[in-house]
Amino acid sequence: MSQTRAAGRVLRPAPAPAPQSPRGSGPARGSGPTRAGQRRRHSRAALLVMVAPFAVMFAAFFLAPIVYAINDSLFSTKASGLGFGAPEKTFVLFANYATALGDPSFIESLGRLLAFAAIEVPLMVVTAVGLALLIDSAGARFPRIFRVVFFIPYGVPGVIAALLWGFLYIPATSPILQVLSVLGIDLNPLSTDSILFAIANIALWGFAGYNMFILIAALNAIPSELFEAAKIDGASEWAITWRIKLPLVRPSVILVTVFTIIGTLQLFVEPLVLRPLTTAISSDYTPNLAAYNQAFSQGNPNLAAAMAVIVALLGFAFSFGFLRLVNRKGDRAW
Amino acid sequence: MVNRTRSIRQPLTSTVAVNGVLLIAALYFLLPILWVLVAATKSPGELFSSFGLWFTDSPQAWLNLTNVFTQDGGIFTSWILNSVLYSAVGAFAATILSAACGYAIAKFPFRGRELLFSIILGGVLVPATVIALPLYFLLNAVDLTGTYWSVLLPSMVSPFGVYLARIHANAAVPDEIIEAARIDGAGDLRIFGAIAARMMTPALVTIFLFQFVTIWNNYLLPLVMLNEARTFPLTLGLTLWNSQTQRDPMFYQLVVTGSALSAVLLVALMIGLQRFWRADLTAGATKG
Repeated sequence: MSQTRAAGRVLRPAPAPAPQSPRGSGPARGSGPTRAGQRRRHSRAALLVMVAPFAVMFAAFFLAPIVYAINDSLFSTKASGLGFGAPEKTFVLFANYATALGDPSFIESLGRLLAFAAIEVPLMVVTAVGLALLIDSAGARFPRIFRVVFFIPYGVPGVIAALLWGFLYIPATSPILQVLSVLGIDLNPLSTDSILFAIANIALWGFAGYNMFILIAALNAIPSELFEAAKIDGASEWAITWRIKLPLVRPSVILVTVFTIIGTLQLFVEPLVLRPLTTAISSDYTPNLAAYNQAFSQGNPNLAAAMAVIVALLGFAFSFGFLRLVNRKGDRAW
Repeated sequence: MVNRTRSIRQPLTSTVAVNGVLLIAALYFLLPILWVLVAATKSPGELFSSFGLWFTDSPQAWLNLTNVFTQDGGIFTSWILNSVLYSAVGAFAATILSAACGYAIAKFPFRGRELLFSIILGGVLVPATVIALPLYFLLNAVDLTGTYWSVLLPSMVSPFGVYLARIHANAAVPDEIIEAARIDGAGDLRIFGAIAARMMTPALVTIFLFQFVTIWNNYLLPLVMLNEARTFPLTLGLTLWNSQTQRDPMFYQLVVTGSALSAVLLVALMIGLQRFWRADLTAGATKG
């Protein structure tokens, strides 16, 4: 849930493109054939100039790595001879996947990731929705100020957030733990039992405000006539929240949920930064850490590639699974 | 934000409850930042011996600041400048690239347009951690790893930017205006650059800001790509210092003060630019 801030990305196919005017683009119908041909050529050139740069960059820095990873995951690299010769690449099909999935510690890291997602996703969605509704509610004073304050952590890099919370998790520097200790409560957020919650808290702190922002935008998009009509009918604030606001922002809630799922699967930075502070985090604590470790410490990029592909597939499975689940009930969200 | 329902008279208890919860949430979101600002005024010893949320008798904020900026030959300044360079240049290029592509997808019917858009949208779903590792091996093959380009180039691709640009071009650039400009003899590129881009300004600002923050916060990409401390962005630099705390506890204070500085920098940017985070831009995700 970190570097990429996937949580912020909006993904949802655009609404159907606005109807084009008859001569909207490309060939100008109605003019003479030569003129039309000329127009078309102009448009084609312009189209190419506008689309090609992004398309080329996207292919180079998005598609190529994915293809490369998939391809790499099917090979195995072995140093030939005594290790002095050029490394030999042999096609091993799914052997790397078998190795990854046969490794108990990798399976454990997958399980940990799922446990983390089970904590983080509901926590994030409930917090973001709750804060958005509170700020949007009639009773809220200074909604602008609160909105900015909640949004601020989004600007703090995940690494810095993890560093800061790290200090707040060790008794020597944490005012929270010190106060609790005076009150007779001894907490150790970095113990094996609570470390996942400690990490979830960092991610929540960083992204709840951003997700809230998306939801507030959705709440603002609700036509105010709906509220007026409801008020005339004598609806309470509570009823307006449950019967009007929540159902109408459902697509955005789904969106935030999908982002959180994708973000959760990236879990890497927080455990990496907290690792020196606790024995509860191993070098292959999450699948991403394991892949990073395989690539750069163990020198097995092929196994690392297989691990990365497994995480990506898991992400797709969960995102689409969730979308199918919510789309089956009632209206399609997107 | 306009509060449409404000006219309803609220019972006092619910007002108190709503604002009480908001206040507690505000404390939660501000706590780490307050802590780091206070901690940045302490000596390394006091960091561990005094109460975290209050200043000590002998604050030394200035000394800490000087230390941060003079450590390792002033490398902290390079890190800030690198972060600004990566974020500003990367976000600027990303904005232009995705705006042009998104606009073209919105306004030019061409074969394969929906397919192209679907593939780009699919890119949003791919976790960056999955891309970073193979990207390292790819760029290593063309000898680009370790250079500024290895971080800059991948940062220029924002599938989310294309999505936003398409939505906004559809909503904000009427076909009639494009048609009128064509009749006046303007070429499509000129129409985009001189007319459409201006009408899409709010979207462009949002794409820029979003990508800026994304690059600024990025850690994994520079981590795998860069090996020379002089080329590091802030995120990577501060973790480099953090890894040296076991050797020399003085580094704790450098990390704390450096973190405080970087937090202040971004918080100032967020507050200064918050009105540009156009709420209606997510409208594409909420309407329809």
